[in-house]
Amino acid sequence: MTTTQEAPALVPRFDDERTDRKLAIICSKGSLDMAYPGLVLANAALGEGVETHMFFTFWGFDMITKARMNDLKFTPLGNPATHLPQGLGGIPGITALATAKMKRQIADVGVPPVPDFLLQIVASGGHLWACRMSADMMQLEADDLFEQVEGIISAADFIEKTDGAQLLFI
Amino acid sequence: MPVTTIAERDIHIDSEGYLTDFDEWDEDLACDLASQIGIELTDAHWQVIRFLRADYRAQGQTPTLRRVTVVGGIPTKTLFGLFPTKPAKKMAYIAGLPKPQGCV
Repeated sequence: MTTTQEAPALVPRFDDERTDRKLAIICSKGSLDMAYPGLVLANAALGEGVETHMFFTFWGFDMITKARMNDLKFTPLGNPATHLPQGLGGIPGITALATAKMKRQIADVGVPPVPDFLLQIVASGGHLWACRMSADMMQLEADDLFEQVEGIISAADFIEKTDGAQLLFI
Repeated sequence: MPVTTIAERDIHIDSEGYLTDFDEWDEDLACDLASQIGIELTDAHWQVIRFLRADYRAQGQTPTLRRVTVVGGIPTKTLFGLFPTKPAKKMAYIAGLPKPQGCV
């Protein structure tokens, strides 16, 4: 009688031992379309166990400013990728229309609005940082910012925090 | 299609190890799958797994992490606690479902 050796079961590798991967995403844009790439990728990275930091600077600061984060806009103006005639972009009301349409498209695929998305990112372990220079330029303070932002930090602080991290500039 | 043996049962899997046949799974197998990846199932885990199975049956696809929170009612932080590091993938594996395809 032969005894067959049972091969070890094929189990997905979840790489729990590997804890060094780190991602930093710099969000420098404040339009609705440019807010999402950073959010989606941060969320995806966190879901894969990657330590993720988001740094909001210049127009990206709007993504974490209480007064603006619910009201990011999208315009076809200056954006030939929309394949719309550029003259259209200058017509009053078009920005509102384009923004509403984009919000609907985003919601239709089950993706949340910016504040809810940031909440999910933080709940998943993500870190949100505000840029010191942008805060100074726009004369904003911690109170003006989304509660989940961990701090207002300088460029040097950011470079320290992201030692060894993969970097993404949006 | 690859077949692997877990707890003396032959199950069909994809190239990574996720189950490919919805009906080959049962709750006993779930315990074995979980122990393969170092997880011991508690009631909290079962709540998630049962939601995943029911939602897959209803929607035809594995729910994303967000859907488990928004529709299933289990907070994201809890999911990361129950299924550390790669919650969506681990949940799907233990529930005998494919990896979720959605982005958020």
